[in-house]
Amino acid sequence: MSTLASLTRATLAKDLRLEWRSKDAINSMLFFSLLVVVIFSFSFDPTAEESRRIAGGLVWVAFLFAAVVALNQTWARELRNQVLDAYRVSPAPPNALFLAKVIGNFIFVTVLQALMTPLFIVFYNLRALGPAYQLPIVAALGTWALVVNGTFFAAMSLRTRSREIMLPLLLFPISIPALLAMVEATGAILTGEFSAKFWIVLLAAYDVVFTIASLFLFGFVLQAE
Amino acid sequence: MKRVFPILAVLTAGLLSYALYEALVAAPTEQTMGDVQRIFYYHVPSAWTAFILFFVNFFASVAYLIWRSSKADVIALVTAEVGVVFCTVVLVTGPIWARPVWGIWWTWDLRLTLTLVLWLIYVSYLVLRRFSSSGQTPLLAAVLAVFGALDVPLVYFSIWFFRTQHPQPVVGGGGSIDPRMLHALLINWLAFSCFAALVCWSRYRLEVLHREVEETMALEALLEPRSPQTKTSRSGSGG
Repeated sequence: MSTLASLTRATLAKDLRLEWRSKDAINSMLFFSLLVVVIFSFSFDPTAEESRRIAGGLVWVAFLFAAVVALNQTWARELRNQVLDAYRVSPAPPNALFLAKVIGNFIFVTVLQALMTPLFIVFYNLRALGPAYQLPIVAALGTWALVVNGTFFAAMSLRTRSREIMLPLLLFPISIPALLAMVEATGAILTGEFSAKFWIVLLAAYDVVFTIASLFLFGFVLQAE
Repeated sequence: MKRVFPILAVLTAGLLSYALYEALVAAPTEQTMGDVQRIFYYHVPSAWTAFILFFVNFFASVAYLIWRSSKADVIALVTAEVGVVFCTVVLVTGPIWARPVWGIWWTWDLRLTLTLVLWLIYVSYLVLRRFSSSGQTPLLAAVLAVFGALDVPLVYFSIWFFRTQHPQPVVGGGGSIDPRMLHALLINWLAFSCFAALVCWSRYRLEVLHREVEETMALEALLEPRSPQTKTSRSGSGG
């Protein structure tokens, strides 16, 4: 267990340091979601009332696309100089690598959300009519849902041709319940018309199911010949 | 084994024509919906068949992950392909029926959405099989099938939360159905299942042959002396 934790921490620290110095992922995600916000904002030009109703969908579509940008870069770094092959030969547990990547992506997307939320508020005139303290919970659970599956499928699409296209093709169909839950929960909190409890529970269940499944199956994917 | 295939084919053809007669002629016309309702004899059996095929796909995928048998992988591939075809039939016949009866082509109701999501998952499964290099395909596909199966209950609960507009299940549910209609439905289901099994079987044989040919060709390429290869490459560069 301690090897798992220390290896996870080491890989995570390396990834964060690399990202801190290059800022590749965060910059492309930020600019991408900024573009989405601007384009949606002037193509719909919603009133405050309307935007409260559609904001859940807009926000999560922007984050979903931005997350795909980051997820596609996750494993590319490990392919250079055969780092991934070296990892496969080493006795280190595969799950340490996977957890580190998931946590790293989770941090990137959370930073993105923290930076983008003020922009969303400005462009769409948002103010939560429901219990606003639930929004961070929904954001954290939703991000984890996207990132845990996304990291897994990014590792899977490494083994395919045209892998950048494969990732969304694999990720989006499986993520439909999670996306629905995020969008509905956010809409419920913003409009205050109904309770978001059910959706939060569903998101939590989704996270638990797919985290366990990924941890079970990641070894297979890493060792695939 | 080779004898059984034509016999089954003839049986399936007979059963399909009988089922066609049952659905279009023998079954009584529905009181309120009229003849449109007869699409039900194709819609529902296709859905059941597709779901059974996806079930088989899931078990074959798990079997592959445990035993790594290439037979299980071929079964998984075949059931996914045929299942997607039947699922497409469901998704196409549904709106044709819904437009005159509900007045809309499509609605985000529980069963509709679940079928659509299943279809999407299995299309992405087939795309993955297409795009991954041959050695890793079975493993990646099996992993994706497991993910898809885990996803189904979550999709179910997420959409169950909305009110459902689909007609309640007529078999096993509280709804009442004319016994002649039920008869036509079950005959159609039997015919469609036989048809699906037949298609799966021939596709299975085709895939096994295909793999054998590929293996033989790979072996031959290994055993072949080097000279003809260099000759072809030289002539290729010359031309």
